Amino acid sequence: MKHTPTGLHPLSLGGSVPLASLEPVAFSQFSSTLEDMVEAGGRLLSLFARPGADSENLLYALLARRTGTDTEASDHSRTTLNGGEHAFALGILCTQVTDGYPALTPALPAAHLFERDIFERHGITPEGHPWLRPVRQWAEQEVPWPMHALEGDEVHEVRVGPVHAGVIEPGHFRFQCHGERVFRLEIALGYQHRGLLADMVGAPHKRTIHRMETVAGDTCVGHSWAYAQTIEALSDVTPSPRAEAIRACGLELERLANHIGDLGAMAGDVGFLPTASYCGGLRGDVLNLSAAICGSRLGHGVIRVGGVGFDIEDELASTMREKLAAIRTAAARANTLLWASPSAMGRFEGTGTVPTDVARTFGLVGMAGRASGVDVDARRDFPTAAYRMHPVRPWLKQHGDVYARGRMRWREIEASFDFLEQVLERLPEGELRIAEAEVAADSLAVGIVEGWRGEVVHLAVTDAHGQLASYEIVDPSFHNWIGMEMALRGMEISDFPLCNKSFNLSYAGHDL
Amino acid sequence: MSEVLTTLLPSLVSLALALGLALWMLGLLARTKARFAGRAGAPLMQRYRDVFKLLGKGAVYSRTTSAIFKASPIVALATTLVALSMVPLGEVEAAVHFDGDLFVVAGLLALGRFITMLAALDTGSPFEGMGASREAHFGALLEPVFLISLLALARLTGASSLTDMMQALHRMDAASTLPVVVPLVAALGVAYLVENSRMPVDDPTTHLELTMIHEVMILDHCGPDLAFIEYAAALKQWLFAALLVGVVLPIASVPVWASVAVGVAGIAVVTVAVGVVESSMARLRLLNVPGLILGAGAASVVAFLLTGMVH
Repeated sequence: MKHTPTGLHPLSLGGSVPLASLEPVAFSQFSSTLEDMVEAGGRLLSLFARPGADSENLLYALLARRTGTDTEASDHSRTTLNGGEHAFALGILCTQVTDGYPALTPALPAAHLFERDIFERHGITPEGHPWLRPVRQWAEQEVPWPMHALEGDEVHEVRVGPVHAGVIEPGHFRFQCHGERVFRLEIALGYQHRGLLADMVGAPHKRTIHRMETVAGDTCVGHSWAYAQTIEALSDVTPSPRAEAIRACGLELERLANHIGDLGAMAGDVGFLPTASYCGGLRGDVLNLSAAICGSRLGHGVIRVGGVGFDIEDELASTMREKLAAIRTAAARANTLLWASPSAMGRFEGTGTVPTDVARTFGLVGMAGRASGVDVDARRDFPTAAYRMHPVRPWLKQHGDVYARGRMRWREIEASFDFLEQVLERLPEGELRIAEAEVAADSLAVGIVEGWRGEVVHLAVTDAHGQLASYEIVDPSFHNWIGMEMALRGMEISDFPLCNKSFNLSYAGHDL
Repeated sequence: MSEVLTTLLPSLVSLALALGLALWMLGLLARTKARFAGRAGAPLMQRYRDVFKLLGKGAVYSRTTSAIFKASPIVALATTLVALSMVPLGEVEAAVHFDGDLFVVAGLLALGRFITMLAALDTGSPFEGMGASREAHFGALLEPVFLISLLALARLTGASSLTDMMQALHRMDAASTLPVVVPLVAALGVAYLVENSRMPVDDPTTHLELTMIHEVMILDHCGPDLAFIEYAAALKQWLFAALLVGVVLPIASVPVWASVAVGVAGIAVVTVAVGVVESSMARLRLLNVPGLILGAGAASVVAFLLTGMVH
């Protein structure tokens, strides 16, 4: 793509855009540009609405579009980093609608949940949406929305949740089955809805960062970092290289803990005890390293707007490196057992497959997306300082089954160990935290972080007083829940828990 | 008087041992798995505490359930108890034995399964219905395997009572019966795993209802009902372990009390072996379980056919 397409306003990570410069384009141009971009290998990161003047509503689309000259031809060359060059550029597109517009989903399935969200939160109807349902507030709707049903004498329906047997988050799952075979799974979420986005209006204030640390409990660093990025962009603050490096350490520790824990849980789900037991302990060891930095095993307090809340001194860095090396050896041993066990592999292989075209169509992101061959990793596509210094090469798998997602986790564990080893060897110098500055009024800014599940996107719009007028959070789970539904089609219902664990999506991050 | 001392008393003692130690056996299994997982594990007596705790509790019944639901734990325990009394512990005579009792044992176990499935359906829960469907599926495949195995033994020994079969087997030449005993152990081993919901057929420790077979059928039972079911399950596992020990261990020429001890030790060995299997492999995909049972069926038929060549 040689020119910026008409109507698309470029946006960079760390920079804000005045709202006045975001000229709304005609809806037809909005939708055709979106479709063209996605056709050309771009991705829809977020689609949201906010009330404009009078009865008009503004519809915004955040896009990542390819800037390289080669669009489709060289998938492999893009996996190598071009000296820190962005292979993708961010752009924002805006249009004006009243209380309805022709739905984008039929041509752009990746928009399906965003449009449901816009319908639910703003009452704007995407006309012709193939499955217009609430996203989070099923119960509060006046009209009860029918869920999928299968009719016939031999079929049966299994309803699971929202209260589950294990200590997990609440969600309602409906399986339409014929015997053991699942025809369709439909997932209804929203039981963790806390009104986070509405609460952000008028922010930032003192408690905001704490709210952001608990958007999804297991992605504390991911979400708080994305939030810090948006506020820093709005107030034109650039954290020091040292702060960026410590943030990245926090993020990679979070990734390690979750991937190791999930690999153990996947082994546990098929009853393979050796890996299940070791990984449970090793996850704890990694969490303790987070605690060594900030006193919280889940990384609370690492990220603060303008920098970090805690330093990693030389002594701590060297202890961490020693411990990480020991954990790495033990984790490798536990995982070798798993990959070498024919009985466990027999359960993993060919289970819960999401083919590449399905994953691309629905815009799957992160680890699950990469396991299905979707080449996306914010650490490479939108790198922050530490990831430019120590690039992380995303790894791709094509099969998209439980095995692929498991292997993907293991490769990311190894990559995170490598990254931490390099970064902790010599942390750059710099101030820990730069004083907060005034937040720009009437502006828009974005934060993007590759959390352990995938791309975490935060988007802030400020009002005339420099306070947040609206705030959008896109957890990777928001993109990926549909992947779970697709993965279960034609599968055995008894393989659902394993499949679920291989994705391990967030309910809280989706429900907000 | 001497006859009582040499036959009846050891039988009653071995039955009492079964009733007393079945829960200990489950504790041993859990301990084995815990050790493999690098944990200390629960005390060996934990299962007794669990059962006594449940016995002291009240029970809650869903309004959708009928008398079948309440009857099922009692019937399940009663059938298992009676079946257990007809199974010899190795060389030791069973407390009750008569010609053809092998059919009664198989029938009682089937009855226990039947009532458990009915109670599961009685709850109206889709989970439990799914469990009952799986149990019916695998049970229907396994019952002929179990019967053919016992019939092979009957044909080999010319007896039709489990007690007589075992005693006759132990007096035969071990080398000549080997071609029959090896496939027989394979078939009975699979029967042990399937009937007792052990890995790789079922995962007794999982909390995931969608993957369960046995556990999901008893989700709605609680209090004393659950205690009955848990105890019946322990007795059933003892029963199958005793059968395996009887076939494997040729212990004819030792004093009767020594063979009681050897039998109990054998059951402990079988239990630890099952624990090792459970600790070192993943569970089978549910739809591959029939393949395993089919394999056991083939082994049982081979055993039956080979009995004609041992004389």
